[in-house]
Amino acid sequence: MRVVACVKQIPDPSTPYQLEEGTGWLLRPNDQVLDDTDRYGVEMGLQIAQANGGTLTLVSMGPTGSAQGIRQALAMGADKAVIVDDQSLRGADAFTTAKVLAAVIGKEGFDLVIAGTESTDGYAGVVPQMLAEMLGVPALTYATSVEASGDQVKIDRQTTTGYDVVTSSLPAVISVTAGVVEPRYPTFKGIMDAKKKPVETLTLSDLGIEADVAQAVTDVSPAPERQAGRKIEDDGSAHLAVIELLEQKKVI
Amino acid sequence: MSVWVFVESSEGSPASAGLELMSRAREFGDVTAIYLGSTSDDVAGILGDHGASKVLIADAGDRLPAAPVAAALAARAEADQPQLILFAQTYDSRDVAGRLAARLGVGVLSNANAVRLTDDGAETDHELFGGTRIATAAIRQRPAIVIVRPKSYTATPAGGPAAAVETLDLPDTVGAEAKVVESHVEEREGPQLGDARVVVSGGRGLGSAEGYQLVERLAKPLKAATGATRAIVDSGWVPYAKQVGQTGKTVKPDVYIALGISGAMQHLVGMKDSGTIVAINKDPDAPIFSVADLGIVGDVHQIVPKLIEALESR
Repeated sequence: MRVVACVKQIPDPSTPYQLEEGTGWLLRPNDQVLDDTDRYGVEMGLQIAQANGGTLTLVSMGPTGSAQGIRQALAMGADKAVIVDDQSLRGADAFTTAKVLAAVIGKEGFDLVIAGTESTDGYAGVVPQMLAEMLGVPALTYATSVEASGDQVKIDRQTTTGYDVVTSSLPAVISVTAGVVEPRYPTFKGIMDAKKKPVETLTLSDLGIEADVAQAVTDVSPAPERQAGRKIEDDGSAHLAVIELLEQKKVI
Repeated sequence: MSVWVFVESSEGSPASAGLELMSRAREFGDVTAIYLGSTSDDVAGILGDHGASKVLIADAGDRLPAAPVAAALAARAEADQPQLILFAQTYDSRDVAGRLAARLGVGVLSNANAVRLTDDGAETDHELFGGTRIATAAIRQRPAIVIVRPKSYTATPAGGPAAAVETLDLPDTVGAEAKVVESHVEEREGPQLGDARVVVSGGRGLGSAEGYQLVERLAKPLKAATGATRAIVDSGWVPYAKQVGQTGKTVKPDVYIALGISGAMQHLVGMKDSGTIVAINKDPDAPIFSVADLGIVGDVHQIVPKLIEALESR
C-alpha cells in the first residue's frame, strides 16, 4: 500500500511568532520543527504501511531551510520525503497549498493520503478536503480512529455530538485528529537513518503549475485588549471571592 | 446581491451556527439557505424567520455529505452566481466549503470572526496569536467563500415568511464513495457548552484524568457545562467534544471558570469573549490571568473543594 503523509514545518510554537512588515506573512526561521499535529498522521501512516507491506512518503510545501522538521518525521520511520519549495509560494493560501500537494501526490501515486485536520501555524483547516477533491477521491475527515487494509478504509469520525463510523474504498484522503494514535519517539538508529533517506526538493516548474494566490492580508492591528481584573493569592479563603463574584453576576 | 448560507442540522432543526450567519447575510442582500439534512415544515419556517427567501435542501442520506453536496452546489453556483457563500467553522460545513472551493477553483477565507462584502470579493477579520492581534484579509474572487467561527454573530429572527423550499439533486460524483455506517452520541445529558450560562473547564493543572472530577463536581451546583483544554483532550482525560479553543468549541457564557488552565493561545481564542472569567492556577505568571476578571493564584485541589462545599451548603 502506498501511503502518503502530508507534513508541514512550522516555527517552533514555544517561540513568539512574528509577522513580516507589509505582507503580514509569518516569518519562518531556517530551523523549523515538524508541526506536532503531523506526528499523529506520520505514526498512523507508519502503522498502516507496516501492516499492509507498504511505504510511507512524506509530502510537504514550504521553505526547506535546514529540513530539521522533515528529518524528525523521517526519523520516526518514513521512507522518503518530497518538499515543494518555491519563492512564488510565499503567502500561499489553502487552495494553492492543496493544488501543489495534489500535483506531487498525483505524480508519486497513492492509495491512502493522511493529513492533520489543520496546521498549528495557519489553521485554515480545509486543505485535506480540497486535496481530496483535486485528486478525485473521498475525504474521510476528523478521524479519531483508523483501520485500513486491502482496498478499504474505516474511521471513527468526530462529530459535534459524538462520532460516526465512516467507510470507503481506497484510494482516499483521511484527516486525523491529535490523539488518533500515540506517536513514537525516534530512536537513535532512526535519527541516524533519517540522515541518509532521500529528500527531494521540487519547484513549481518541476510540477508544471503556477501559484495564483487570490487572497492577501491587508492589515494587522492590535486587538482591543480585555482588561485583566483582580489577581489574588489564595490565603485559604479565596473561594469566598469566587462566591461573591458569582452572586454579583447572579448565576447563584 | 445574492448570498448563500450553509446551515447544518441539529436534532432535525437548523443549527445555531448557521442561524448566526443568516443574521449577517441578510444585511448583504437576498439570502438562500443551503440546509444539510431532511426537510420539514419547521425548517422552512425557521430559516424564513431568519431571513432566507429560499432554502435548498441537501439530504445526503447515508453518504458522507461533502463530495455530493459540493458537486451539486458547484453546478448551482454556476447558474445562480452568488457573490458570497458563508459557512460555519464546523465539521461538515468545513468539508463542503473545501470541496466546493476546489471544484470552483477559488480560495477560502477560514477562521474568520467578521465578514464584509467588497466590490470584487470579501474582506474578513481573523484573530491571531490568541486574539492579541486582528488580521484583515481580502479575497478577490466570486463567489467569495468564507468560513466563520461560531458565535461571531448573534442569531436573531427577522420575522420573514417561510422560505420557499427546493430539493437539491445530489449526484453520484467522484469522492462520494464514503458512507456513514453508524452514528454514536456521547454525553448529551446536562448543560451543553454552546448555550450554558456558566462553563467550568479544566486543564493540565488538574494533575490527572481523575482530577477532572473537580470540574464535574463544581459544574453541578452551578448548572454549568464542562469544558477542557486541548492538552487534556489529547491526553485522553476527556472526550474531544469537551474541547474549548481554536480547534474545539468557541464559548461565550456569562461566567467561565478555568481550573488549572495556563491559557495557551489555542485555548484563549475559544473563551476570551466570555462575560466574566475566573481563573485558578498555581503559576502566578500563567497567561490565563491576563484575561481573568478574577484570578486566584493557588492550588485547585485546595480551593475548589471548599468552593464546592460552600455552593452545596447554600
